[in-house]
Amino acid sequence: MNLIAWLIGLVWLVPFIGVLMTAIRPLDELLHGWWNFESVHFTLRNFSASWNHSTAPLSKGIVNSLKVAIPSTVFPIILATMAGYYFSRYRFPFKKILFTTIILTLALPQQMIAVPVFQMLSSMGLVDSYIGLILLHTAWGIPWITFFMRNFFITIPVSIEEAARIDGASDFKIFLKIILPLSLPALGSAAALQFNWVWSDFFLALITIYSPDKLLATQRIPLMRGVYHVDWGLLSAAAITVMIVPILVYVFLQKYYVKGMIGWAMK
Amino acid sequence: MAPALALIVIFVIYPSLRTIFMSFLDENGRLSLKNYVEVLKSRDTFDPEGFSRGFPLGTLLHNLIWIAIHLPLTISLGLILAVILRKVKGGNILKSIIFLGMVMPMIVGGVMVRFMFDGSVGVVNGVLRIFGIEGRTWTAYPDTALLSLIFGSVWLWTGFSMVLYSAGLETIPRDFYEAAAIDGATPLKIFFKITIPLLKPVTVVVTIMTLLWELKIFDIVYVATMGGPGGASNVLALQMYTYAFRELNYGKASVVAVILTASTLLASIPLTKSAGELR
Repeated sequence: MNLIAWLIGLVWLVPFIGVLMTAIRPLDELLHGWWNFESVHFTLRNFSASWNHSTAPLSKGIVNSLKVAIPSTVFPIILATMAGYYFSRYRFPFKKILFTTIILTLALPQQMIAVPVFQMLSSMGLVDSYIGLILLHTAWGIPWITFFMRNFFITIPVSIEEAARIDGASDFKIFLKIILPLSLPALGSAAALQFNWVWSDFFLALITIYSPDKLLATQRIPLMRGVYHVDWGLLSAAAITVMIVPILVYVFLQKYYVKGMIGWAMK
Repeated sequence: MAPALALIVIFVIYPSLRTIFMSFLDENGRLSLKNYVEVLKSRDTFDPEGFSRGFPLGTLLHNLIWIAIHLPLTISLGLILAVILRKVKGGNILKSIIFLGMVMPMIVGGVMVRFMFDGSVGVVNGVLRIFGIEGRTWTAYPDTALLSLIFGSVWLWTGFSMVLYSAGLETIPRDFYEAAAIDGATPLKIFFKITIPLLKPVTVVVTIMTLLWELKIFDIVYVATMGGPGGASNVLALQMYTYAFRELNYGKASVVAVILTASTLLASIPLTKSAGELR
């Protein structure tokens, strides 16, 4: 059983090792496959080459992606947390509509909004600007985070808030001083997932950002892959650089990440 | 509340309705079904000659083939891994590694898939060479491009069903297994009679989410093959992008978007049903 499990694990691990080996070893050692370990030298040349790439430097892409991903995580979380709290504490007739909207946005392919959004942003002068892209990501993030937070808030007993209200605390103060500190784990889950999804986004960036110096990290990967000849050392190093950020988020927030994924999927 | 609602209306609901509207406009701005006829008759969408000649078969069939192979494989693999790895030493580390496929951006996932199936650096050929078979760059040939992407995407996505099934397994009370063991049930029988039926709610969710992912597939194909060679690995989402942003034919692009959305909505009907059981 142990052996079978680790063999399966190996199937998943080998491509990662392959990409890593291809990225950190010089080209002439890879001609007979990266699994050839007769002579092994390590070099960071591929990493610096992709970092300072002449047409699509990754350094710029990483900075740009951070400029988009951080606000696109913070804004929807603030808006959706308040909305989620409202939905969990007040009776209102739109519960079903809200739920349907969330399913809709979950099912909706981004291709469905691509052309009108592009036209709308151009007429507002927001094409090729991060503001437009951040607004888009915020709009796409709000529905699922609202529902995710609502599902968390309904597990907090109302009696805590009632006690505080008797002591004369305002609704806003209750939310800020009692509810928010209790919600940190749920907020951690939502933030980790939203950040990684925005970071990983390719399609929305592809249709809204096109100036070479504004391109995000994910947009630079296809540019590094030549059409006829693929420089695998360069491409592997670029792939590792772009995936390391979400993987770090996952490693440091693993518990929250997996819980969030389950909560997101299971509703 | 208000800003959240406004953003959703402006950036999600209005554009979706507008796309539906645009799909019915011909080049003179009149209402017609012309775009639908063009797209559905196009060889990009469905190419009957492909049955005798081989790939491409058209994006619609490509997406269906993707589902037919990827859905059963990821679901069964995810379930088996969740069951096996629960009892194995270091199982949690293995789970984390398998889940990495879901954590990385799919554009990087596409590079990884392309890498696995590459002629010279690819792992697949490395293994084949051990058996004396000389491989090739599998993504570069019409007959194997789509299948390579599909099998590569199994590698990327299995972590999702595995994680959900792992969480589901934790909710099955131990007594069930103990009682079955006392009755002398074999492990295989326990798996089929207890584990699988009790995990049914998880299976429903995993199936729907996986279907949505397969229908929306874009990044992997974009970076690995760009739908090629000759459309042999093209999919609906990429066809829409090509129509809209390469050929600037918004009418045809909207039709593809509507077809794609109709299929994702169809797939998610079981989810909307649970709206009635809302807490």
